[in-house]
Amino acid sequence: MYAPAVEREIQEVVQEAIEKHGCRRDAFIPILSEINHALGHIPAEAIREVKAQINHEGNFVSQGQLYELASFYDMLSTQPRGRHVIKFCENAPCHVVGGKAIWDALRETLDLENGATTPDKKWTLVTTSCIGLCSVGPVLLVDDDMYGNVTVEQLPEILGHYE
Amino acid sequence: MPFYRSHVLVCVDPECLAKGAHEVVDALQDELVAQGLLDEIQVLETSRIGSCSDGPEMMVYPEGVHYVGMTADDVPFLVEEHFLKGRIVEKFREIHKAVVDEELGPLRPKEVRVVLRNCGEIDPMNIEEYLAVDGYQALGKVIGEMTPEQVIEEVTKSGLRGRGGAGFPAGRKWGLTRQVPGDIKYMVCNADEGDPGAFMNRRVLEGDPHSVIEGMIIGAYAVGASYGYIYCRAEYPLAVETLNVAIAQAREFGFLGNNILGADFNFDLEVRVGAGAFVCGEETALMASIMGQRGEPRPRPPFPSVKGVWGKPSNNNNVETYANVPQIILKGADWYASMGTERSKGTKTFAVGGNVAKPGLIEVPMGITLREIIFDVAGGIKDGKQFKAVQTGGPMGGCLTAEHLDLPLDYEALTQAGSMMGSGGLVVMDETSCMVDIARFFMDFTQAESCGKCTPCRVGTRRILELLQKICDGKGERGDIEKLEDLCHEVAKNSLCGLGQGAPNPVLSTLKHFRHEYEAHVYEKKCPAKVCRNLIHFEIEKACTGCMVCARNCPVEAISGERRQIHLIDVNKCIRCGICMQVCNFNAVSVLS
Repeated sequence: MYAPAVEREIQEVVQEAIEKHGCRRDAFIPILSEINHALGHIPAEAIREVKAQINHEGNFVSQGQLYELASFYDMLSTQPRGRHVIKFCENAPCHVVGGKAIWDALRETLDLENGATTPDKKWTLVTTSCIGLCSVGPVLLVDDDMYGNVTVEQLPEILGHYE
Repeated sequence: MPFYRSHVLVCVDPECLAKGAHEVVDALQDELVAQGLLDEIQVLETSRIGSCSDGPEMMVYPEGVHYVGMTADDVPFLVEEHFLKGRIVEKFREIHKAVVDEELGPLRPKEVRVVLRNCGEIDPMNIEEYLAVDGYQALGKVIGEMTPEQVIEEVTKSGLRGRGGAGFPAGRKWGLTRQVPGDIKYMVCNADEGDPGAFMNRRVLEGDPHSVIEGMIIGAYAVGASYGYIYCRAEYPLAVETLNVAIAQAREFGFLGNNILGADFNFDLEVRVGAGAFVCGEETALMASIMGQRGEPRPRPPFPSVKGVWGKPSNNNNVETYANVPQIILKGADWYASMGTERSKGTKTFAVGGNVAKPGLIEVPMGITLREIIFDVAGGIKDGKQFKAVQTGGPMGGCLTAEHLDLPLDYEALTQAGSMMGSGGLVVMDETSCMVDIARFFMDFTQAESCGKCTPCRVGTRRILELLQKICDGKGERGDIEKLEDLCHEVAKNSLCGLGQGAPNPVLSTLKHFRHEYEAHVYEKKCPAKVCRNLIHFEIEKACTGCMVCARNCPVEAISGERRQIHLIDVNKCIRCGICMQVCNFNAVSVLS
């Protein structure tokens, strides 16, 4: 799904993001976030496209400046991700209420290490920074869906909701 | 005995009965008769299945599908779909989605709510509800009756200190920013609440955004700022949305914009959303991120009050600090200063998590003891276990023990004990937590979040983590503990910002209070809390009934045994995941070290 056929789509996504946030320096992070959300990650083509469009507007930016942002912030990914991203909270409050068992079970069930994607491109497994739902820990997110008080037994059912 | 292909368990607890469970059972019986399914499907009445809050509830076996919220009228459809056509009816399916409001219940004993007073009480999406609880009256008072100097004086007198953790007096910071010459000044609100386990600010932003906005406007009037940024982390989408709605409404009502309340005072505000970088909670990193750069800290001075966003004087406070301001103006500095200890005034919000009976959000007066917080406000330790430690101040804080339980809550007292106030996360641990594992765990976090700019933090945290990992893996050698200690002191002393300076705290504090656990790992190859995988093994004891549940659930097929015979774990195959222990209904699996 990340074949060159989507280049046109990349151009549109970038254009929309720039129209929404402008092309001043402080708009770069919002622009990249927008692209990441639309495409699932920030491909190199998108970085080139952002540079081209912003420079076209007369505000200059280098690919390096954009890449240093894309590689710094955790929510921006320069690598393709699966159709569904499982974000597991492995922070202390979830850890001490049984998060470790869930995390181990997730890795074993999906046969994935942190940050990896399944060969069929269905799942990407990552840890997330604390999302502040500590009173219902352990917590995991599948895409934007939140699951709280998760148990190992519930995992097959939760994952079963996704195609 | 008849053989049923399916069993339907309907919950008949009082909550479900009140919502029509009996009617559902009757309708189910009628429909099964009508469809000729009565000898294939058995209906049973049972007690509680789930939370019963969305009742009536039922479980259908063998599929194990959990349905909730149906009425008697829905039953024919349900029967047709599920039992005739074999399709699960998604509409009634219970999905284990978060999140009920377990965070902030009614006022708990010993709580005093100043910052949280409106959360859950008013509709945050409607400014009129905030106005109805004296909202923006403090702003009116400030603009109508007070000079900027008087505002600063009042906030200083109240004793309000920075609630982001460092505890710098808010009034003094405002005064400093005011004194710096310059036409353009900025107000910045740090809403990048990244400490794991801390969600007090999220709750305020989602529940009472206007108190933060009002606090910022008052601050802007005092320091002479004309524009403001609220830097909110992207992990809080609802907070971002709520803030944007609140800002638009405040603008519409004339609390933001030009000539606020008819005075010669202009101020406007926007929300800046982060992109997932913990270090952006550090003020210079945060300002770099606002300006579209990598969130890397820089050395101070110059402090933001001299040189902040876009190189201009900028006043940076956190969400909770600003949210206190309107109340201080309205009720007076003396009222605020009447709460707390000599040097720490007012109240503090905490997110209490971990092994307590009642986790969640609380607000308590300064000076209260940790014992009161854990045992009176948070209901004590869960499941009758023993208190072991409490981590205050987030990942850069320290672990405190039973001997610190009577410590009064106070910036200086906590620092003296080897921890810190921090932003207000409190993770309570019981006897089942391994302190080396906990230290490794926090280090794993700070190591990953180190921005990489300065070497002591970038390399030092990684080396500390490697040592801790080695010890947890049972490979610790003589001298490792001392090496760890030295390294921690070096990293703390030489790092550029608070992240690196504070990163060794969890290790140093656990080394101080739980050194014997480190020693057990290194010298005896034992994990006293039975947590570290390489130092434990599982055994099945006599209570085993041979039900085979553990054998079926074992991911590596390490468990063998005939039905009704005591099972055996092959220690060579076992990966020590503990699933057998979790699924055993007879407590027959035990863990040893």
